[in-house]
Amino acid sequence: MTEESSTIDLQPLHLLAESYRGRSRDALMPFLQDAQALYGWLPGEAQKTVAETLRVPLADIHGVIEFYSMLYNRPTSKEIIRVCNDPVCQLAGAEAVIEKISEQLGASGIHIERSQSNVERVSCLGLCEHAPAALFGEDAKGDLSSALADNHLPLDASSLPSKVYGDRLLILDRVGKVNPRSLVEYLESDGYTALHKALDHEPSDLIDLVNQTGILGRGGAMFPVGRKWIFTRDATSATQERYILVNGDESEPGAFKDRVIMEDDPFAIIEAATIGAYAIGAKKGWIFVRGEYPLAYRRLANAADKAREGGYLGDDILGVKGFNFDIEIRRGAGAYICGEETALFEAIEGKRGFPRKKPPFPVTHGLFQRPTAVNNVETLAALLAAIKIGVEKWRAIGTEQSPGTKLFCMSGHVERPGVYEMPFGITIREMIKRAGGLPNGAEIKAILVGGAAGVFIGPDKLDMQLTYEHSRQYGVPLGSGALMVFDDSVDLRQVVFQISRFFSHESCGKCFPCQLGTQRQMEILERGVGRKTLAAEDLVALEDIGMAMTQTSLCGLGQTAASATLSALELWPDLYR
Amino acid sequence: MGDEVRLKIDGHDVSVPHGTSILEAAAKLGIKIPVVCYHPHLSANGVCRICAVDVGWRVQVAACVTTCSDGMEVRTNSDDVTRARRTNLEMLASTVNLEDAPDIQTLLEKYQADRTRFSAGQKREVPVFDDNPFFLRDYSQCINCWRCVQVCAEDAQYAFALTFNGRGFETTIGTFMGQGMTDTTCVFCGQCVGVCPTGALKPKRQSLLEMGKSPDEAMKLARPKNDRKRA
Repeated sequence: MTEESSTIDLQPLHLLAESYRGRSRDALMPFLQDAQALYGWLPGEAQKTVAETLRVPLADIHGVIEFYSMLYNRPTSKEIIRVCNDPVCQLAGAEAVIEKISEQLGASGIHIERSQSNVERVSCLGLCEHAPAALFGEDAKGDLSSALADNHLPLDASSLPSKVYGDRLLILDRVGKVNPRSLVEYLESDGYTALHKALDHEPSDLIDLVNQTGILGRGGAMFPVGRKWIFTRDATSATQERYILVNGDESEPGAFKDRVIMEDDPFAIIEAATIGAYAIGAKKGWIFVRGEYPLAYRRLANAADKAREGGYLGDDILGVKGFNFDIEIRRGAGAYICGEETALFEAIEGKRGFPRKKPPFPVTHGLFQRPTAVNNVETLAALLAAIKIGVEKWRAIGTEQSPGTKLFCMSGHVERPGVYEMPFGITIREMIKRAGGLPNGAEIKAILVGGAAGVFIGPDKLDMQLTYEHSRQYGVPLGSGALMVFDDSVDLRQVVFQISRFFSHESCGKCFPCQLGTQRQMEILERGVGRKTLAAEDLVALEDIGMAMTQTSLCGLGQTAASATLSALELWPDLYR
Repeated sequence: MGDEVRLKIDGHDVSVPHGTSILEAAAKLGIKIPVVCYHPHLSANGVCRICAVDVGWRVQVAACVTTCSDGMEVRTNSDDVTRARRTNLEMLASTVNLEDAPDIQTLLEKYQADRTRFSAGQKREVPVFDDNPFFLRDYSQCINCWRCVQVCAEDAQYAFALTFNGRGFETTIGTFMGQGMTDTTCVFCGQCVGVCPTGALKPKRQSLLEMGKSPDEAMKLARPKNDRKRA
């Protein structure tokens, strides 16, 4: 390589390489992340060491680094300040925050990513209840408008408080009350009672029980957990390996519930994954945490270590002969697409996060082509709660078709943003009231339901009940349960543009409709922000692009990348006229 | 499991062996579903989505990677199929220089695509890489069909010289840290050039001839520097 090779000291990397020797490509991401921690970026010489150690082609390593926002093949500052650029933080003054920070750092300019500057504008950080928010290195900071008003960097070391609400917390009962670092405290607060209960059942009876809870996948796809577990268990003969994979890559703008669970109740996720492993016969599991959630990663890694020491992971768990299970915690590196389950497999396998074609489906050909049950964090936490209190009590809450409680992420123009655990069936109107209503008594202009991949609704749909059945009836997908509230002062053209910018930034580039469509959609909507009107042919183009992306994209990202735009055009036909 | 599956394509009954793709089944009926990224000798990834067809699901499916199932009813030319195809082609034409891609030109005509529709948008503009004696790489003509990356890797050569830069709209084909081809693991087998559908990869001599050089000049200009034998 060029001059860089003379300036970097490869000694520490060679030491690090020793701990990775003998491993293969699936160790690529952790190795690159560890190597980057040494140098602040990944010089070519360092990449060569990684390539030789893991026996991965150099070109492939380059491709991987190029894919993930948080990996750098150019020098950058060691501590990067990542300021959220998406609607909720923008509403709360993210632009002024970026200006203030750059001013204080004396930065000459800000570029989106791969800059030499210390400040980056990044996609939603899942800190919407603390907007405007940023990650200072590995420390999340929130309410930055006021924090920076009369203070100078660096900000004090205090961590962000949990903002969790609800009448009767079943899923979030330990959040903010039980020390998330302590297995002892977890055990003292009903920890591992659900696993004990589960182990009283044969695996097939346990899956019956899971079916009875009626819990559907809560990452947005709403697939019944019990059925997914049956498919995975029955995919191969009992001797073949299969896996459970916890999807903690929560990156949907407006969603932050999984972060709260992983940070504040990490043992619960490990316990629930262990129950899943018992049900499907998995010996190995993974928890994949998005790269922008460093605290969640540390808490989960600590919890896994403690659980292992305590005999809750490993061989003959809780004395059940032959029940062996262990779990590996992985960090993402900045890519929304990796929340898509097949892209997530690719990331763990050390590749660019390109989603795979389906079929085959993960339950038969998942991680390393083995049967894999992928479950969202909240899904597992809800399951744990249901097993703990018993199916009957769980089903007594909520509605017949949507039993139990659900987490809703309230953000935007509400008095008390946060995670709300509510029984299914609460109306949107009531939900907003619970969140304190709109500040200064403003009127509601719009609500974005389900995050950036969701749809806008107007005040006329406030009586929609938050249940699967009612949302289907209204044609409004619940998604991950994110409700972004906008008052009537908001320029929706700006919001719609920001959403389109998010998708164009996060499109993986694999299939043409999404790669090209997210870009063209953003370009047109950006014109709409400036001019406030769009030509008739632009509006037709948005409809065509939206249709092409929705109908022909390879994965769920592209299939929903026009969802918010199309719903806005339908709801407010005069928005650009 | 029976060996044959029966389905309907555009109203015609057809019976094909289990595991047959919709693309192949349609061909059996003489129905030609358009493709761009698909190449019969390479693993299909369903990247371009031009072959997307309606099978009555929530979304369309790529005919090249979707296998036929019993009772399937395929529509290869419904209004939605045609509309998506035209839009995807228009977006492609506004991004990439397609002058050396005759098959895509034919499709643009067939689907009455308006090449100027998105002309205000960003184009894929990359300087031409002229870094080896054998072929030129002009990624402003590249549609990201993946064929070159695939033949360079597990689909044929196992040379692993090519990869991707960036992601999303910014995706381009590249090499390790942008190295010139002679510094990479490229073995100059030429297979990437052979499978490129758009002229983004082009033999250097062909390009020189197209530029009006005489055959002798072209031979001279595109000769390896260390080729002493023929010097």
